[in-house]
Amino acid sequence: MDRFIDDLPPMDLMRSEKMMFVQLIIPVESAQRAVSYLGELGLLQFRDLWLRYERCRFQVKEQDFVVAFNYIHYDVFPLLQLNSDKSPFQRTFVNQVKRCGEMSRKLRFFKEQINKAGLQSSVHPVSGPDLDLEELEIQLAEHEHELIETNSNSEKLRQTYNELLEFKMVLQKAGGFLVSSNGHAVAEETELSENVYSMNDYADTASLLEQDIRAGPSNQSGLRFISGIICKSKVLRFERMLFRATRGNMLFNQAPADEEIMDPVTAEMVEKTIFVVFFSGEQARTKILKICEAFGANCYPVSEDLTKQRQIIREVLSRLSELEATLDAGIRHRNKALTSIGFHLTKWMNMVRREKAVYDTLNMLNFDVTKKCLVGEGWCPIFAKAQIQEVLQRATFDSNSQVGTIFHVMDSMESPPTYFRTNRFTNAFQEIVDAYGVARYQEANPAVYAVITFPFLFAVMFGDWGHGICLLLGALVLIAQERKLSNQMNLGIILSYFDARFFGSSLDIRYQFVPQLIFLNSLFGYLSLLIIIKWCTGSQADLYHILLLLLATVAVPWMLFPKPFILRKLHTERFQGRTYGILGTSEMDLEVEPDSARQHHEDFNFSEIFVHQMIHSIEFVLGAVSNTASYLRLWALSLAHSELSTVFYEKVLLLAWGYDNLVIRLVGLAVFAFATAFILLMMETLSAFLHALRLHWVEFQNKFYHGDGYKFRPFSFALINDEED
Amino acid sequence: MTFNIHGGYLEAIVRGYRAGLLTAADYNNLCQCETLDDIKMHLSATEYGPYLQNEPSPLHTTTIVEKCTLKLVDEYKHMLCQATEPLSTFLEYITYGHMIDNVVLIVTGTLHERDVQELLEKCHPLGMFDSIATLAVAQNMRELYRLVLVDTPLAPYFSECITSEDLDDMNIEIMRNTLYKAYLEDFYKFCQKLGGATAEIMSDLLAFEADRRAVNITINSIGTELTRDDRRKLYSNFGLLYPYGHEELAVCEDIDQVRGVMEKYPPYQSIFSKLSYGESQMLDKAFYEEEVKRLCLAFEQQFHYGVFFAYMRLREQEIRNLMWISECVAQNQKSRVHDSVVFIF
Repeated sequence: MDRFIDDLPPMDLMRSEKMMFVQLIIPVESAQRAVSYLGELGLLQFRDLWLRYERCRFQVKEQDFVVAFNYIHYDVFPLLQLNSDKSPFQRTFVNQVKRCGEMSRKLRFFKEQINKAGLQSSVHPVSGPDLDLEELEIQLAEHEHELIETNSNSEKLRQTYNELLEFKMVLQKAGGFLVSSNGHAVAEETELSENVYSMNDYADTASLLEQDIRAGPSNQSGLRFISGIICKSKVLRFERMLFRATRGNMLFNQAPADEEIMDPVTAEMVEKTIFVVFFSGEQARTKILKICEAFGANCYPVSEDLTKQRQIIREVLSRLSELEATLDAGIRHRNKALTSIGFHLTKWMNMVRREKAVYDTLNMLNFDVTKKCLVGEGWCPIFAKAQIQEVLQRATFDSNSQVGTIFHVMDSMESPPTYFRTNRFTNAFQEIVDAYGVARYQEANPAVYAVITFPFLFAVMFGDWGHGICLLLGALVLIAQERKLSNQMNLGIILSYFDARFFGSSLDIRYQFVPQLIFLNSLFGYLSLLIIIKWCTGSQADLYHILLLLLATVAVPWMLFPKPFILRKLHTERFQGRTYGILGTSEMDLEVEPDSARQHHEDFNFSEIFVHQMIHSIEFVLGAVSNTASYLRLWALSLAHSELSTVFYEKVLLLAWGYDNLVIRLVGLAVFAFATAFILLMMETLSAFLHALRLHWVEFQNKFYHGDGYKFRPFSFALINDEED
Repeated sequence: MTFNIHGGYLEAIVRGYRAGLLTAADYNNLCQCETLDDIKMHLSATEYGPYLQNEPSPLHTTTIVEKCTLKLVDEYKHMLCQATEPLSTFLEYITYGHMIDNVVLIVTGTLHERDVQELLEKCHPLGMFDSIATLAVAQNMRELYRLVLVDTPLAPYFSECITSEDLDDMNIEIMRNTLYKAYLEDFYKFCQKLGGATAEIMSDLLAFEADRRAVNITINSIGTELTRDDRRKLYSNFGLLYPYGHEELAVCEDIDQVRGVMEKYPPYQSIFSKLSYGESQMLDKAFYEEEVKRLCLAFEQQFHYGVFFAYMRLREQEIRNLMWISECVAQNQKSRVHDSVVFIF
């Protein structure tokens, strides 16, 4: 049997790729190119050498002190300096990273501007001349400067335009108030009209307006007014505040503005309200003006003389149209600039992103003592060795470097990352497994089986094929499935057998795997057999009952006792041998030191192992029962589904059809369709998926899967682009 | 144990937020920064990253502080949106302190004829209310109350300080402390009403706050015209020092007498024992350190609202730290960088 297993063809997906730990020594002049070529290849995972000290310190705690200490300082990294006390912004290429960050900020700014202007940045990058980073940096700075300038110009224009627009509206509306209140206070207003604005002042700019109003009516008695415009949302509070400040001695008139006004900063349309406040007294006037200022209300003077009013309106209108033309021209100009940026935007963004990634990676490397080479370490799959070497050579050649890059394999005490080469189909299942835990390096990968079992279990639980034939089919599938119940569970244990073989522990096989298999099969294998026999013949097979039960009973202590005792025996032997060995070589202090430390670590604790084995046994026996029960959900879910379908069909559709009324029939049909779509299709899909997931994670994987590895994350431009998108 | 029905989600959120506070290692790196850009770069790796990433490169301290505060405000708003009674009221109480500070800031600023817009920018965003800009209109306290503050939650606290006196620096300072006294007492009462672990933890934190204010008032009023009775009136009517410590503090004439009073209280003995005689500069830092210690302890217990208060305070302390570090870096005073930074973890 062993030979049969060894002869099986190797499976790519079953074991993760064999990895190796490599060291690169790259001359400074070709470093940037080499790393960017490696990024295109995407098969090397760099390790951050600046963090190594921290990690080693951590490991020292975990593993044994002396070995790690020697390892760091003398054996493997003779060339390196430790940089533990330097913080991230003191690394070698930090200035380049900063520059890239600044450039990507500018690019984000362009993108935001383009989106705001409602333009589309072209998705397909235009093939323009290739720029290097410095040129791009200069270009970006120019573009940004230009854009900011045009923006501030058009903002100013917009401000003036808004003021004029508001003035126009105030004139139109407030004029109406004044005319309507004419009847009440003729005397005062005639007096007023003389005091308010001489038109000659006005023509210059709108910004003079506010000064005008301060210099406005100066008569000491009588009724006066202030007119202006304010955000609609603030009107209520504004009015209340005015009322309080003047103790009610005022008259407040308001009317909604006809047009919305664009806020120059946020570019949102704001609804405004025009108001006119009548009041008397100088003190009230200052108060009201202060309140206006506090609420951000803009005050505009309105003449009461109708002819003057018309004249002002005419002038305002002409200026408005002028400004509109200028604004439009400005916007066209800006949009043109933005479109030209938009053509290159995607390309530039990719480029900056790549460069930043390259420099980030370069920052993980370290200078060697001569300061002429960069030293990097990382993981790569063994099959990629040739490719990486080829790429490094190309980089050396392309950058005209005199010295080639040194690439060699090293030992590492860390466990390597896990890397499965997946395709589009298997990837989904690999992801499902990874969500539970990434496989330990070279551990059996449950995804291999999940590829088949997951859709299978899902299909079984959903058990529906279009509501007609499917009820029958579902029942058939159910029957077929029941036979396989225990077999699947066997698979998990058989996998643990492969695993144990792989990691070379025959002890586990003899005293853990075999009794487990017997226990499971004698109880539950028999169960499924029984079911089949019952279907076939209807007779009982009493004879085997007792035998199998006995076997199962024997399996439990078999599982429990031998392993710890044998382990103890083995340990005692080994320990004794070791002691003699050390006594023999006790003169060589230097070599003994790490050894003794390791011994300390392996200190044997019998009771601990016994308890561990006991827990394991109990867990297994209980797990066997509960897991079998868990697989019942296959049956339960599909049953629930079919029952629900029946209920909806009979109690809704058929019931409704029983009536001769068209409305009732339609309602019945609608309810039936709704239930089919949302409950039977959507909810049932979700629950079937959930339970398939559970069956894989809990019932299948807990039998063998450690899932405590870490994923292989190569430095790759493709991955970086995926993440950003 | 019905706490989790309403407060569980937010408690989880706030504990998650707390995990984002800068650690001693972060501060260590920040203190080594050479320029403000370095600080930005370091912060970009923390939770402040998204808030600073779009700032163009020549940074100012104010920008950093503004953006960091914005983050706190966003988090606060998020929590307030999700909160139900009485947690939402509790969260609102936290901001009243800022409101008082803002009112005082605007009133003082107007008194010295500063521009209102400029003053508004300096206000803490957590203490903003609708008609805050109108504060500039008021001439005296009565007007202040009648025009503006009657609409705000601060209105009840004003009952003690409505006078027709004109506003001047002294009066404003008295007003601030009276308001604060009323606020702390009200908050204290509210927490007592909530009961349970909230009352227990918050009464401890608020008592500390009240005592600290009492000490500060005493030290700041030494050598001013404030009479003993007036000074006595400004102390909050709870806390460890109430009532006997207050009597003694009220008659103190110099810092060493204050020290003598405070050393009778064991929790404060450790604070004052760190200071040399006659020194009051480092007192603030010592108090902040003690406060941070107490605030961190609030996270040790579950099912109470104290964590929200503690989180807000810790973040504010963190922003103060960042401001100090940035200022030191910007003004090339790196030797003083450790003077007022309080490590949170």
